[in-house]
Amino acid sequence: MTHGAFPMTPFLKQTGKTLFSLALTFLGLLIVTFIIARVVPVDPVTAILGERATGEQIAEMRAKLGLDDPIWKQFGIYLWDVIHFDLGTSIRTREPVLEEVGRYFPATLELSTLATIFGVLFGVPAGVLGATRPGSVFDQFTRLFGLIGYSVPVFWLSLIGLLLFYGQLGWVGGPGRLDSMYDMMYDMKVPAVTHMILIDTALAGEWDMWRNAVSHIILPAGILAWLSMAYISRMTRSFMMNEMGQEYITTARVKGMPEGRVIWVHGLRNTMVPLITVIALSYAYLLEGAVLTETIFAWPGLGRYITDALLIGDMPAVLGGTIVVGAVYIGLNMLSDILYRLADPRAR
Amino acid sequence: MTWNEWLLDPNPKSRAQSRAGQAWLQWLRFRRNHLAMAGLFITLALVLAAIFAPWIAPHDPIAQSLADRLQPPLTPGHLMGTDDFGRDILSRILYGSRITLYIVGLVILTAPVAGLIIGTVAGYFGGWVDAVLMRITDIFLAFPKLILALALVAVLGKGMENAVLAIALTSWPPYARVARAETLTVRNSDYIAAVRLQGAGATRIIWGHVMPMCLPSVIIRVTLDMAGIILTAAGLGFLGLGVQPPDPEWGVMISAGRKFLFEQWWVATMPGLAIFLVSLGFNLMGDGLRDVLDPKGAR
Repeated sequence: MTHGAFPMTPFLKQTGKTLFSLALTFLGLLIVTFIIARVVPVDPVTAILGERATGEQIAEMRAKLGLDDPIWKQFGIYLWDVIHFDLGTSIRTREPVLEEVGRYFPATLELSTLATIFGVLFGVPAGVLGATRPGSVFDQFTRLFGLIGYSVPVFWLSLIGLLLFYGQLGWVGGPGRLDSMYDMMYDMKVPAVTHMILIDTALAGEWDMWRNAVSHIILPAGILAWLSMAYISRMTRSFMMNEMGQEYITTARVKGMPEGRVIWVHGLRNTMVPLITVIALSYAYLLEGAVLTETIFAWPGLGRYITDALLIGDMPAVLGGTIVVGAVYIGLNMLSDILYRLADPRAR
Repeated sequence: MTWNEWLLDPNPKSRAQSRAGQAWLQWLRFRRNHLAMAGLFITLALVLAAIFAPWIAPHDPIAQSLADRLQPPLTPGHLMGTDDFGRDILSRILYGSRITLYIVGLVILTAPVAGLIIGTVAGYFGGWVDAVLMRITDIFLAFPKLILALALVAVLGKGMENAVLAIALTSWPPYARVARAETLTVRNSDYIAAVRLQGAGATRIIWGHVMPMCLPSVIIRVTLDMAGIILTAAGLGFLGLGVQPPDPEWGVMISAGRKFLFEQWWVATMPGLAIFLVSLGFNLMGDGLRDVLDPKGAR
């Protein structure tokens, strides 16, 4: 960090550029979802009115939905709606999609946040230790562990995890966020503050329920953490290898600085900049990677919401969910971009 | 002159000889990497299994035999057991390798080619062509891949071809990026200027002189992506959106075994092991290939 004369203007200019490209990307996202929604073989009019509607009813509905307008006007209306947080109405539940997404999203957020925390806590030290002792048994082991994380189908790993830790050993809770006993009392005992069970139960002081929630989240979060760790440790290792060969490291060593300080303070601090991007990317990836995991653990998150909607052809819900995930994804990318520039004086 | 001498001749007599010599040296380097060799063997095993499936599979992969349903592994005649329709799991996995290979093949024949064309055109022409094409690429990169693939399959309908199309449509942007970066480094070089002065048109220059320079980086990317393609395809199959039963696709098989996971664990476990092994093989081979073809990218 520089002090005193902070070169703010170029930074602001860059951030402005980032925001502009963010807006453009988001517009692109909407264009793509709009195209998908328009070429979908399910006719929205039949989906609402059913097969037996008369010609007049159909014509009326088409006019009401604006399907007779020119395509650019339809897109304008779509854009206007989305900007005003209207993602349409779910065909299945007849509820506004955004409200439903708001209910499902915290569960996904809770799961992927926990997984990313684990991934960073284990992945960064593993990568650093691997880089300082390349070729050692520890290094080989971490690489193998990471490689397995890269190669394993996550839905299969989830099933095997359930089979082993829930079915055979009984160490963890099964599918769902709580045991059914707690599930029934949940709404009465715990006020919904954040919609994240671990936080809400802790706030309400329901520690039995909290422990039960932990036993349910630990397995899916652990599995996702493995994937995130595989990526984070590999990238940390490569960044650290690069730093440890630099001259300033040699200088620090020659000065007689303890090796631990050289590695963990000087070396690691300089890898922080690219690491921020890596961590943000892996977080964004987990948000979407949770789709398959959620299906298996009956986790009421966004991924499961989208796949469930998909299987019954509820397109507004699918596209609404896609837009939200896409927006979060784009947002995380931009955030990492800005953090990157804040952390690295050369990038300002 | 022995083969070795011919290959390592410091003064090759022809282009073919020099190329063969290069390839030989790269192979020697690749061979020293035991993990990469393991990956190569797994990949070869997959290809062989796919080719010879009808001869090595002990049973018909589709034929049902309800008397033999849910036999555990190591039952005589059923090394990996049977599923809920009494079909031999080993035979289904062997036939399933054909589907896996087919999907991977189709994707790597389409996505990288599209990416190559877009990237080289953007890089070669520059200006607004570059701005527009790269903006589109960025938009696709900003999409969460699996979710976009899901939405596309929802629109196109279930099935293997649509799954392939969805995966291809979501995986071309990184190739376009790589190809554009390579193009930018060569577009102002003297040899391109020389070809242009001889009167070659843009198409000819891009096709004949720019694309070949981008190929190595794109190929490395492809081998590293193959595992991801397999995992995505299996994931779509698992969700019931890709290949449809009764075809023995591995993801579909896991999905079918999910119902009796706790009682008959092998039905879901065996095909999952197959996916894991093949994807591990591709990853190991990809890492090794990158070390050989692109020493500066090695980590």
